Amino acid sequence: MKHIVRKAFWDFEKEEQWLNDMSARGMAFTDYSWCRYVFTDTPDQQYIYRIELLENLPTHAESIAYLRFLEENGVEVVATYMRWVYLRKPASDGVFDIYTDIDSKIRHYQRINYFWTVFMIIEFAAAIPNLTLGITNLLMHEPFGNFSYGNLIIGAATLSLAILFLALDLPLRRKIKKLRQEKAIHE
Amino acid sequence: MPESNERGALTEAVFYILLALYTPMHGYRIMQTVRDLSSGRVDLGAGTLYGAINTLLEKKWIQPVAGEQGSRKKEYTITTLGKSVVESEIKRLQDLIETGGKIVRGI
Repeated sequence: MKHIVRKAFWDFEKEEQWLNDMSARGMAFTDYSWCRYVFTDTPDQQYIYRIELLENLPTHAESIAYLRFLEENGVEVVATYMRWVYLRKPASDGVFDIYTDIDSKIRHYQRINYFWTVFMIIEFAAAIPNLTLGITNLLMHEPFGNFSYGNLIIGAATLSLAILFLALDLPLRRKIKKLRQEKAIHE
Repeated sequence: MPESNERGALTEAVFYILLALYTPMHGYRIMQTVRDLSSGRVDLGAGTLYGAINTLLEKKWIQPVAGEQGSRKKEYTITTLGKSVVESEIKRLQDLIETGGKIVRGI
């Protein structure tokens, strides 16, 4: 039977954990579209799930070659969303990780870090002129017209998003820093 | 940086991949072989292996085996250059063991 769960995640590792918890309870994730997860009934603990951010869109030649390599290695591509891919492997195959050394883990975290940083910069770039214009116009008793609150609302909304993306990014930066420290003393 | 890297220590993953490829094989066999060679200690993730294969191909330490018609999976084999890298790594490891043994156990 199919189950549809609507849920939003900001942290891909928490999302991954949730998919694995669902799988442990006999709900195997089979498809994703914007905040919508589809599950089917399976025996408990049938699959282990991993989420990865690819360097390119899944339709790019390099991604196609990479995903084919994964499939040759028994990894199933369950769903793709933008550059994100949802992967799984039968739990009976044993431990399933995509990245097993410090270097490749760092590179993956950096890709995600960059992904959020781009969003953050876009939001800050939208927030600052809106807030500046709104506040200036308000303080000067609206010489340019009665639009200050519109600017302030847009400015506040984009600023909150920028702060959200920054907050998402900070734990990643900490993880990267920790991995780099570890790398300085061993593999 | 890249030049001095070549003379430094190999990662365990790279060392074992190169050892595995003394026999030509494809990706999945490499993972199994590395696991066996290391008694289960080094378990390569597919993403890590893919990145390593591409880097080693670029450095010409390994090369694709001219594929037979109909075989879908790509096989790789170690090159002469790759073998010389393994040789000097073994030499480096021997030096480490020797120096370590001398100081710690007074051998």
